[in-house]
Amino acid sequence: MDFKNSDTITGPRTEDHLPGTAQAAVKIVIVGGFGVGKTTMVGSVSEIKPLTTEETMTQAGIGVDDNFGSKSKTATTVAMDFGRISVTDELVLYLFGTPGQERFWFLWNGLFEGALGAVVLIDTRRLEVSFDVMGRLEERGVPFVVAVNDFPDAPRYAVEELRQALDLAEEIPIIRCDVRRRASSRDVLMTLMRFLHSLTMTGAST
Amino acid sequence: MTPPQRRRRKPKQEQPPPPAVEGPQAGAGDRPPERLYILTGEDCERAPIDLVTLIVARADPPHSAAPEQSALLRICQAPLSVAEISAYLNLPISVVTVLLTELLTAELVQARAPVVRQARADRSLLEAVMHGLQKL
Repeated sequence: MDFKNSDTITGPRTEDHLPGTAQAAVKIVIVGGFGVGKTTMVGSVSEIKPLTTEETMTQAGIGVDDNFGSKSKTATTVAMDFGRISVTDELVLYLFGTPGQERFWFLWNGLFEGALGAVVLIDTRRLEVSFDVMGRLEERGVPFVVAVNDFPDAPRYAVEELRQALDLAEEIPIIRCDVRRRASSRDVLMTLMRFLHSLTMTGAST
Repeated sequence: MTPPQRRRRKPKQEQPPPPAVEGPQAGAGDRPPERLYILTGEDCERAPIDLVTLIVARADPPHSAAPEQSALLRICQAPLSVAEISAYLNLPISVVTVLLTELLTAELVQARAPVVRQARADRSLLEAVMHGLQKL
């Protein structure tokens, strides 16, 4: 690995510093297929320019990628874009947009553990690419809302039609959005937060 | 035009334990990738560190510090999440985690643990987040 000379590491700009009073952080994960707008959404609400973190995955046995003819072990670098919103002087919210390789989402050590919840961002032109991740969130008991990023040339289904196609419970919010707009992305996050809030009221465990 | 049809799944009975609070014995499915031992020293134990654990430097880098450790301490003068440290240092999360484990042991950094979702989410926490989002 190349490690840059430590003197060349600049770190955050002064205006990107969190206050020293920042005590704790929470996270929300934005999932969806490749090109659906996850990074755009992170960028539209983040107070910092979105950053990229990465992890190298080495997994035996799930070798879908055939590296140099060897199926026994694969190493893949998975990058994830994320942004930040300072909620108060003490509390910080991080938004992680996971990459398009669905099978790696759940290898991230602790990405979903402890997350408040998730936003499943969908493109109605490729609805089925989000099926697997929704199922996995359900299996893990991670609460989520569904946000439909409205592309101009995408088929427009009625919300109830989508609910039926996605086999979503009545209480799971489905919201249309344009993730390029900050207010629209914020509304999606607010919808998730209200949904999580309602879960605490009904006493549901997830 | 009819959309494709999905089928809902049920929560699995055995939830994998959250590795963030599990310590060194994380479940095999959550096994971190192969380590880059050159950076990790002898002790490969993982500290309970999450992507959004906030890290603050408590001291200046000692002369003995590795360049990566010095850089980490330098950028953590103000609190920074583990994910941000990984991004700025251009190092994978697992490497940052190991660096931090050493720095925590040496008491050169302080870790501020994340607020995790519990069985019953803390309503006041959710309200604080909503309030913050409204100001955006």
